[in-house]
Amino acid sequence: MATVTFENATRLYPGSSRPAVDSIDLTIEDGEFLVLVGPSGCGKSTTLRMLAGLEEVTSGSIHIGDRNVTDVPPKDRDIAMVFQNYALYPHMTVAENMGFALKIAGVPKEERAERVLEAAKMLDLEPYLARKPKALSGGQRQRVAMGRAIVRQPQVFLMDEPLSNLDAKLRVQTRTQIASLQRRLGITTVYVTHDQTEALTMGDRIAVLKDGVLQQVGTPRELYEAPTNVFVAGFIGSPAMNLFPADVADGGVRFGSMTVPVERASLADAGDSVTIGVRPEDVVVSRTGEGLRVDVDVVEELGADGYLYGHTEVNGNRVDIVARVDGRDHPDAGETVYITPEPHHLHVFDRESGERLVPPITD
Amino acid sequence: MSALSVTAATPDPALLDLPWDVPLELWPNDTIAALPKGISRHLVRFVHLGGEVVAVKETLAELARSEYELLRTLQRLSIPCVDPVAVIVGRTQSDGEALEPVLVTRHLRFSMPYRALFSRTLRPDTAVRLVDALALLLVRLHIVGFFWGDVSLSNTLFRRDAGAFAAYLVDAETGEFHEHGLSAGQREHDLEIAQVNIAGELLDLQAGGRLDDDIDPIETSHGIVSQYRSLWNELTGPEQFAQSERWRINARVQRLNALGFDIEELSIHTDESGSTVHIQPKVVDAGHHSRRLLQLTGIDAQENQARRLLNDLDAYLARHPAAGDDPEQLAHEWVERVFEPVVNAVPRELRGKLEPAELFHQLLDHRWFLSQQQDRDVPLAEALTSYLDSVLRHRRDEAAMYNPPTGAITLPIDIVDEPEADWRSKV
Repeated sequence: MATVTFENATRLYPGSSRPAVDSIDLTIEDGEFLVLVGPSGCGKSTTLRMLAGLEEVTSGSIHIGDRNVTDVPPKDRDIAMVFQNYALYPHMTVAENMGFALKIAGVPKEERAERVLEAAKMLDLEPYLARKPKALSGGQRQRVAMGRAIVRQPQVFLMDEPLSNLDAKLRVQTRTQIASLQRRLGITTVYVTHDQTEALTMGDRIAVLKDGVLQQVGTPRELYEAPTNVFVAGFIGSPAMNLFPADVADGGVRFGSMTVPVERASLADAGDSVTIGVRPEDVVVSRTGEGLRVDVDVVEELGADGYLYGHTEVNGNRVDIVARVDGRDHPDAGETVYITPEPHHLHVFDRESGERLVPPITD
Repeated sequence: MSALSVTAATPDPALLDLPWDVPLELWPNDTIAALPKGISRHLVRFVHLGGEVVAVKETLAELARSEYELLRTLQRLSIPCVDPVAVIVGRTQSDGEALEPVLVTRHLRFSMPYRALFSRTLRPDTAVRLVDALALLLVRLHIVGFFWGDVSLSNTLFRRDAGAFAAYLVDAETGEFHEHGLSAGQREHDLEIAQVNIAGELLDLQAGGRLDDDIDPIETSHGIVSQYRSLWNELTGPEQFAQSERWRINARVQRLNALGFDIEELSIHTDESGSTVHIQPKVVDAGHHSRRLLQLTGIDAQENQARRLLNDLDAYLARHPAAGDDPEQLAHEWVERVFEPVVNAVPRELRGKLEPAELFHQLLDHRWFLSQQQDRDVPLAEALTSYLDSVLRHRRDEAAMYNPPTGAITLPIDIVDEPEADWRSKV
């Protein structure tokens, strides 16, 4: 087990002017489950592959524990890429399937058996060690595949979109299994996904990347409650946060017919206008006439809750709005409603830089 | 199935007649060419389409599309791989339930999965030739910047190639192109994957009693690493020598030709004093012999087959020194008088057993064997009769060998209780 440290790590492809990964500084704690997330092309896979030794580090360094691995070949880094291969060999027992790679590495027989048994206990596979894989369920087979990585006793697990070739149902199941197993094993894990829901449900901490630049690192709660900029605000959370421009007024920001109070100090450098963000569950919907006027386009009922999708106009531009509503008692498509934000959960960002202006929400 | 969408470069209308509204697992027997079961992530079945056999793989839409594009790119780069036919999305059952998208690839005639290359047990020489063929394929993929990610014997098909094998990439699902070429780490990672997978596949054969006792699975799996490295060094490595040893440039070119490669671009420079020469191949192109054979004769053959046929062609030219005739005309004569009569003499019912070039190679071997045995020069026509009756007739058909096939263990099966052996003895 070990920490992982990226120090100013940069990957610049030959002939390219913009780095694929730009000066990443990131420390992953011993035993931590860190998720790298971001849209396609953000540099998350490249970051993982730099750690794996598959991509060269153009400048900066990477450490596993105290060891500088920047120029160490992949197989000498003491890492394991999990789920790169699901192949289970039908004529070999579960124990052989889990342990055969140790033969290649020249691990003595006694130790191979010890390590296989230890991994099987962790994976609840001990009763199946002498059986053939065809006797296993789909989930057990995946645990055997995981076992192949565990018996190597790596310092760090690396997982690059391991669930991408599973169907939706199996993906949710496996997500839970991987997360709980990682907690039992306590092995430092770096996990790459483009799916923010996967990131929120699995990670101890999440690192959000965009255009090769690390945007924010924090717990799922921190990212959700206090996104550091407009990009993170819009990327984390589903349905996404409502983000639109608003004028600065005396004592707060204009929100349709009303002014929502915002601390004066926060708006000191903001200029005339800011970007405000409200999560769908922080939107209060009423028919009172106060707040921002919204025309309801459709309401999606999900049982207890529902989501109202509507639109409004801000400074002559159409803005789409999503609000969480009661699943049984809600306005219908075609109605006009008024929305206001929960004042404690209003996010305010600089109009130009997109950076967060108000301090984190702490309640 | 109103929203069925087919992406194909040269669409075959018969594609639309396949039962896309039925899960692949339940396709009727008259469409299925074989029912595979084996090792794979997804369900794959071989299906009759017109006069051909295609492999149909159920997978996710984005994986099917990316694999289709990767295979098309590999084909454009002349890398041996299966032929992508189509991606089909928007499948629905008659009750409206969505079905998984599929990737359709064409089965390569005369290509075989490694498990079909031996009848009872895998013998040491065959194992080495399989690993060598895979190493060559991996080097060629790495040279064009392709990271495979799941190198294995199972993800490869093999065609006979005059005593050796030619390897074809079958499964590109985990593959990636890197436009700036592969890093050393990526190549090493692919090699490690190859080694682990080959060891696993051979250990599995061993566990099933299908591996010759003389094969050590682990040692054989190390073989891909050494074979890959020596090929890689020969094809891409720098070399330096004294100005007086300039003959080594030609020697390098000849060594690469002998390996079946042409040098398209060679960088040559001298150091400041002019006493030392540095050379390094920059662009190499596989198919040295098969290209030459194709140019001279129009015969399309694997590299080693081409080498064998060219030897026979050269011998023919030596026996028929007609001054003034250009080589192409004489080659044409060799095709008409030697090669085609042999191919045409094979009875129709035996033509599915071997490719013509492979058959010609085996016939030459057979003639050599007869000549040795009888201590005289056996004429080709006589050797042919003997070969057809005593060898070819007894071979199995290899034109469409997809059984024992590759396939999927996708569904849980009931626990089978076997006598509980001590698993420790087997780890």
